[in-house]
Amino acid sequence: MIDTASNFGSPADVMKGLADVDYLADHRIAQVAFLADRLGKPILVEGPAGVGKTELAKSLAKLWDRRLIRLQCYEGLDESKALYEWNYKKQLLRIQADEDHEWDQLEDDIFSDDFLLSRPLLEAIRSEQPVVLLIDEIDRVEIETEALLLEVLSDFQVSIPELGTITASTQPFVVLTSNNTRELSEALKRRCLFLHISYPDADREQEILLTRVPDLPEKLAKQIAGIVRSIRQMDLKKAPSVSESIDWARTLLALAIEHLDTETVTDTLHVLLKYQSDIDRATAELTRR
Amino acid sequence: MTSPATSTPITSLITGFVGELRAAGVPVSMVETIDAMRALEVIDIGDRRGLKETLAATLVKAERHLGAFDTAFEVYFARSPQDPAGDESGVGAPGGEGEGGAGGTGGVEDDLDDLRRSLLQALLDGDMDALQAAIGGAVDRLSGFEPGRPVGGTYYLYRTLRRLDVDQIEAMLRDVLTGQDGELGDLDRRLLSEEVGERMEELRQAVQEEIRRRLVADRGREAVARTLRRPLTEDVDLMHATRTDLAALEDAIVPLTRKLAARLARRRRLLRRGRLDFRKTMRRSLATGGVPLDPRFRSPKPHRPEVFLLCDISGSMATFARFTLQFTYAMSTQFSKLRSFAFIDTVDEVTDLFGPGTDFTGALARVAAEAEVVLHDGHSDYGTALAAFGEKYGRDVTPRSTLIITGDARNNYRPPQDELLAEIAAKARAVYWLNPEPPSYWDTGDSVMSRYGRWCNGVYEVRTLRQLEAFVEELSLPGSRNRIQAH
Repeated sequence: MIDTASNFGSPADVMKGLADVDYLADHRIAQVAFLADRLGKPILVEGPAGVGKTELAKSLAKLWDRRLIRLQCYEGLDESKALYEWNYKKQLLRIQADEDHEWDQLEDDIFSDDFLLSRPLLEAIRSEQPVVLLIDEIDRVEIETEALLLEVLSDFQVSIPELGTITASTQPFVVLTSNNTRELSEALKRRCLFLHISYPDADREQEILLTRVPDLPEKLAKQIAGIVRSIRQMDLKKAPSVSESIDWARTLLALAIEHLDTETVTDTLHVLLKYQSDIDRATAELTRR
Repeated sequence: MTSPATSTPITSLITGFVGELRAAGVPVSMVETIDAMRALEVIDIGDRRGLKETLAATLVKAERHLGAFDTAFEVYFARSPQDPAGDESGVGAPGGEGEGGAGGTGGVEDDLDDLRRSLLQALLDGDMDALQAAIGGAVDRLSGFEPGRPVGGTYYLYRTLRRLDVDQIEAMLRDVLTGQDGELGDLDRRLLSEEVGERMEELRQAVQEEIRRRLVADRGREAVARTLRRPLTEDVDLMHATRTDLAALEDAIVPLTRKLAARLARRRRLLRRGRLDFRKTMRRSLATGGVPLDPRFRSPKPHRPEVFLLCDISGSMATFARFTLQFTYAMSTQFSKLRSFAFIDTVDEVTDLFGPGTDFTGALARVAAEAEVVLHDGHSDYGTALAAFGEKYGRDVTPRSTLIITGDARNNYRPPQDELLAEIAAKARAVYWLNPEPPSYWDTGDSVMSRYGRWCNGVYEVRTLRQLEAFVEELSLPGSRNRIQAH
């Protein structure tokens, strides 16, 4: 497949390419993806839950027909889960298997490729084919753990004390996502291009709905987009995400509703909102005259 | 395709722009500046929107800095000037209008009507170029722009909008949009007015941008940028916040407390490891042939202080009290118990008004209306308030309680009775005082800060959200501050 350093001629190409795999990017997303591709830098994507941060990485992988390697971050993630781990059990077996060998030779043996378990970061570096590396919800790991990533992100290499430095044969395209629950370290942010994705405006949301729910009548899509925008402006615990508005569109379609009025909206609000207090507030706002 | 900065070499323009960002409080490193320059080599810098997004992606790494970035960008990379006859070309924009809009009367009005119609059409099409062209014409004719006159952009903005009669454009827009949709229910009407509101905001923004462009041409970038610079939300002085600032502050509180809570939880785990968990360690060791390679520990019980929050809610302190209350309540999960009290010249407990899930603004209104905090004339009297607190609630203060008092310690020349604070402090675990005035004002005039301060474990200057955050962090996790700042 495409294997050159740059895959796109212009931001417009990015937008078109992503649209072909059903991801509707706005200008900002297209521009940043273009830059990341050209400059070979990782993208740090931030924004509320459910606006398509993870989806961006998946769509790029699909578009380029590359493998997607995903590192899901969580509290307590360490290098043995992110980078690599020695296969202790296999090493033990190997030592027990031939006790007559010289230790020096044995040591060389057990710290070799055969006993190395690649975790996502190392796997992305060692892949023969270029991959898309998705580091999801980076804000969940401790600030100290972030440091593990720095070498990978800026130099695309991993240092293993027993083996030496492994450098990428092909450069992975890296996407990091963050829900912004904490401040990321300066060192990490400096190495990335920053992309903040917020909720789409009503026109783009309408397009997204039409792409994702192909049977949806255009007029209904417009109404849904308008109502969702209206609800997002209310003071809620959790504003509806794009995926929730898609769910809502599917629900309405299944119920064979073709035109929304206040009653149908308030009856189906629970698809869009996940807290009772939010539903109550939105109902009150929408029925207020 | 001309660069938006035809007269200045791009490098020095970027350097100036980065300088402005830094002056506005956005941290931009050298490496990021170089990245921006490198990025400019691969994009078409004639495309202004692309340029803006490129600079944003390379120079700005936090959402809260994007506002400052937008303002600075508008000043440093103003749209290239439309030709002076911009209004004419605007009128010649795509046809197809004709719906909506009452016929004009008289020659000048006719002209204005044409202008409004071309604005309307541009808004409907979402055609930003046409909009900008039409607005160029509008500002030319209506703002009465006087080069060299030292007035702010707002003056010209309102002048243009008034003379353009935006209400009429709004009515026309509403008519056209209604026409497209036919019969309207309640819901549709609501959606429609929101859409109209959004388009009109676009128009207002575009006019403002056009005026800034002219100000830049007239006075130079640095001067305009300086007048537009605003402190970041965390650094706004709580005592002198404007109404817009207050709204932004309010929005900032919840995300800020959420981040702080997450940070505290992590720090707690790292600070103290509990005792070895023998069972878990043994269980883990089975995977490594009985060798305990990976010891496991019990998680320690976190220390959660019991907090008494005493807020001066007299006139001058009301805003400050509001933010302290709101912030502390948003952090209430960090405390084993949180009780709040309001005082002016006597004190009343208001804990019940802030139960879980209550609407904060409503609760604050009830504090002002219902709490019995005034005995005499409604001026702060810390002495009598402390006496009342000691009498009514003093017995609840135990060695587990932490007292936080917020106020400027301006006692209106009444007796401070600081021995009462000493009594309370002797019983409590700690007493902290948060003062919204800068330290240089303490003990001037009727302020008796140091009389109280000597009985406190700490007196903190808290004028901004950032300082408030730092204090709450220190309170929830003593000694954490320095470590955090080290990053």
